[in-house]
Amino acid sequence: MKVTIDGQSIEVEPGTTILQAARMIGGESVPPAMCYYSKLKGSGGKCRCCLVEVTKGSDADTRPMPKLMASCVTGVMDGMEVKSITSERVLDARKSVTEFLLINHPLDCPVCDQAGECDLQNLSFKHGSANTRYIEDRRTFEPENIGDNIQLHMNRCILCYRCVMTADQLTDNRVHGVLNRGDHAQISTYISKAIDNEFSGNMIDVCPVGALTDKTFRFKSRVWFNKPYNAHRDCDKCCGKTTLWMFGDEIQRVTARKDEYHEVEEFICNECRFEHKDPADWVIEGPRKFEKNSVINQNNYTRDMKPVKIETEKNILLGRDEDRKKISMSEVPLKGQEKKEFKEGNV
Amino acid sequence: MEISNAKQEINITPELQARIDELLSHYPADKKKSALLPVLHEVQDAHDNWLSVPLQDKVAEILEIKPIEVYEVVTFYTMYNQRPIGNYMFEFCRTSCCCLRGAEDLMEYTCEKLGIKEGETTPDGKFTVVGVECLGACGYAPMLQIGDYYKEHLTKEKIDQLIEECKAGQVNLH
Amino acid sequence: MGRKILLEHANVPGIKSYEVYRKMGGYASVEKALKSMTPDEVVEQVKTSGLRGRGGAGFPTGLKWSFIDKKSGNPRHLVCNADESEPGTFKDRYLMEYIPHLLIEGMITSSYALGCNLSYIYIRGEYMWVFRILEQAIKEAYANGWLGKNIMGTGWDLDLYVHCGAGAYICGEETALIESLEGKRGNPRIKPPFPAVKGLWQEPTVVNNVESIAAVPWIVNNGGEEYAKIGIGRSTGTKLISASGHCKNPGVYEIELGLSVDEFMNSDEYLGGMMDDRPLKALVPGGSSVPILPANLIFKTTEGNDRLMTYESLSEGGFESGSMLGSGGFIVYNDTSCIVRNTWNFSRFYHHESCGQCSPCREGTGWLEKVLHRIETGEGREEDIELLWDIQRKIEGNTICPLGDAAAWPVAAAIRHFREEFEYHVRFPEKIKNRDHYVNEPFEKVRHLVTKQTV
Repeated sequence: MKVTIDGQSIEVEPGTTILQAARMIGGESVPPAMCYYSKLKGSGGKCRCCLVEVTKGSDADTRPMPKLMASCVTGVMDGMEVKSITSERVLDARKSVTEFLLINHPLDCPVCDQAGECDLQNLSFKHGSANTRYIEDRRTFEPENIGDNIQLHMNRCILCYRCVMTADQLTDNRVHGVLNRGDHAQISTYISKAIDNEFSGNMIDVCPVGALTDKTFRFKSRVWFNKPYNAHRDCDKCCGKTTLWMFGDEIQRVTARKDEYHEVEEFICNECRFEHKDPADWVIEGPRKFEKNSVINQNNYTRDMKPVKIETEKNILLGRDEDRKKISMSEVPLKGQEKKEFKEGNV
Repeated sequence: MEISNAKQEINITPELQARIDELLSHYPADKKKSALLPVLHEVQDAHDNWLSVPLQDKVAEILEIKPIEVYEVVTFYTMYNQRPIGNYMFEFCRTSCCCLRGAEDLMEYTCEKLGIKEGETTPDGKFTVVGVECLGACGYAPMLQIGDYYKEHLTKEKIDQLIEECKAGQVNLH
Repeated sequence: MGRKILLEHANVPGIKSYEVYRKMGGYASVEKALKSMTPDEVVEQVKTSGLRGRGGAGFPTGLKWSFIDKKSGNPRHLVCNADESEPGTFKDRYLMEYIPHLLIEGMITSSYALGCNLSYIYIRGEYMWVFRILEQAIKEAYANGWLGKNIMGTGWDLDLYVHCGAGAYICGEETALIESLEGKRGNPRIKPPFPAVKGLWQEPTVVNNVESIAAVPWIVNNGGEEYAKIGIGRSTGTKLISASGHCKNPGVYEIELGLSVDEFMNSDEYLGGMMDDRPLKALVPGGSSVPILPANLIFKTTEGNDRLMTYESLSEGGFESGSMLGSGGFIVYNDTSCIVRNTWNFSRFYHHESCGQCSPCREGTGWLEKVLHRIETGEGREEDIELLWDIQRKIEGNTICPLGDAAAWPVAAAIRHFREEFEYHVRFPEKIKNRDHYVNEPFEKVRHLVTKQTV
């Protein structure tokens, strides 16, 4: 089947979506995707960032489609013609969606661990406005503790449903989901249960924003101060292929390897992600490359790797804890009583 | 999210179990989850009109689904109560068509009479007043729902009378 | 007197019961269809009748039926949409409450046409007493051999059940309804695939409104051509209209499509004019989602034609000067009502009912409500009117399901036709402090304060 996107044509298999076809072509025409995730069945269609204009339905039915279509869930037809960045309507719609996603977003990038690898940041950079027209109070949620490994920041969530699908498709017992509805819909376990499953950590990787972050990496570093390396180890649960985020000789974070669309190449298990922070556990393959405009590249790998010891780390974290209280973010440590209950498992 | 810790005695009586079995028979044997909404209604009606977490877990067990699947549904639909409510819940329709006919005044009147604000329950646990969205009785406005029934063409006098009847235990809920 | 098809026997005492309903000729369509027609012939009759979906969108019912996937051989389902929740609409409830067997009969005949063996009626949870009425009616239908195995010895089986929702307007959208019927949250599905191919439990499904299904028995009994003779052009047959607001006789009326709005509004057979004889200010002709019409566009279109109760006439002029028949929720406003307050009220409704799945609707409906609430309570700014216009424009057409459009249209129409009232609210906040601000001082009396002066 032949499909033309912004004037560039490509032959694709039947069943390919417009977004997939665009990714095959590559470049600026690829629509942004906040909720679609090729590795998760049933994802997509929700964020409306990837809307495109179909100017010709197909060779058989040449009529244009009246509405903008979500490219991630619209299959291509033979002879279809699509406008992505060449359509004013599309750019306007992307701007609109970006504005909608941001009106209730806390914009706390300076203290967010996702900053630097955040899809919403990238989207805002491209399609957002420097001003806001929203003068009302932003929506907030009560913090919820979902265990020792994953930090949930509901205020930042854009409800892409990716983490719910991850739990559904990768683990055998989903304990979190989307509760409530409308603009009060939230990711939650309802009963403040710990999400504890061999593959639950993948929720962190699929989250497009800073709603789910790695608790073991929390406030440790900005991602662009880390040096990412491809590494692997023998693992009987997963592929064992990861990216290590190093600071000197210290492994500060382990993630799956992500491609240029920030999708993981292969999911990894929690043991690899959380329990192997010793470089001796890993075979390091070499630096991980990122797309050329990524902020992560501001590191350069030509410098010598020298161990850096931060004496002040403890004090930095303490200061951040205090700041956080002032700006009403959630508590990291559980309160005394909660901690006890949590440990005993009767939450 | 606020979850009520109030204690609730779970009692799946034989009659309730029979009703659940009947509802389950309406769906293919491998599609038990489909019965979730009607089953929740029945279980809630039999348990003082609210659903505690253990009760929701019980429903999950009956339908052989994950507890989170029940929580997701309970929090989505407005008719499932997640905390104890008064014996008589006055649900006033406050969407435009009813407002044109004085629903707001009437709700305020009721709240004042019962000495509570919208969304609250009287201290004796008898009455709750809430405003809800369109109940599909626009031509018979103003109106309210109490239990399974609608009270329509309301006036202040009818509200007075209704409250008296509730106090005397003469109002059927189901 | 207009012709009655659905409510012909509504006033017969005891019509709720099977015996009386049967005595009045009930279930004749099942006999006729099963004994003398093939399923495709029934579909053909419905196509000929020109019957259009009565839930709001007005899509031809026969055409919808012909899309159902019969080739795959998967089990098929008919689901009746009785999740009536559109503000201003209460016609299905009337039909089900007073003549429950008409719907059951329609479901059987329609299920036969579609080749279904398992069908459901999805009713909103608030109509719990109607739910019980339908359960009783179904029991009676089973007892008399209209449902169950080998109906009338034809070898065709049909099971029919009522399923109740639990308070969610969005479940009136057909794919959300299917999700809800599967015991999930009422999140609309991404289409395609359409329900006709993958619906309930991924099996081919048709979802029809109560009123559409209730019209099928008459069509089968009298022929599609007879039905098509009623009405005008592509608006055939009769339609139930639910009237509410400031009219003299609110209630449910069956009209022949093509009746003039003037006659419906003012004749004693129908609404009997305005309550307390106050002047008519505005009209929402098809439920809260459709654009509101100002007084000067209600009885005449901009072309000078009489406005009729048809799909076409009500939408004449497009959104610039027309509206839609929608679900037939006829809401009448007199001069004491505030359009800004009404629009805010509707926005609150959509905000409350948005499922929260897609971003424009989840965030946009809440934003609309907040801005409108500010304006209505005297906190509005001049630029808020433009802001509202822009928000609604950005929601419309960009969402998964039509709830986004439904939330956007009333706001757009209110600003288009009643902009001066918005300006009045922004400029004279002290005058609109009380919610009944127009009761003592209707807008007409203060309009000069905001009218542009030309020298």
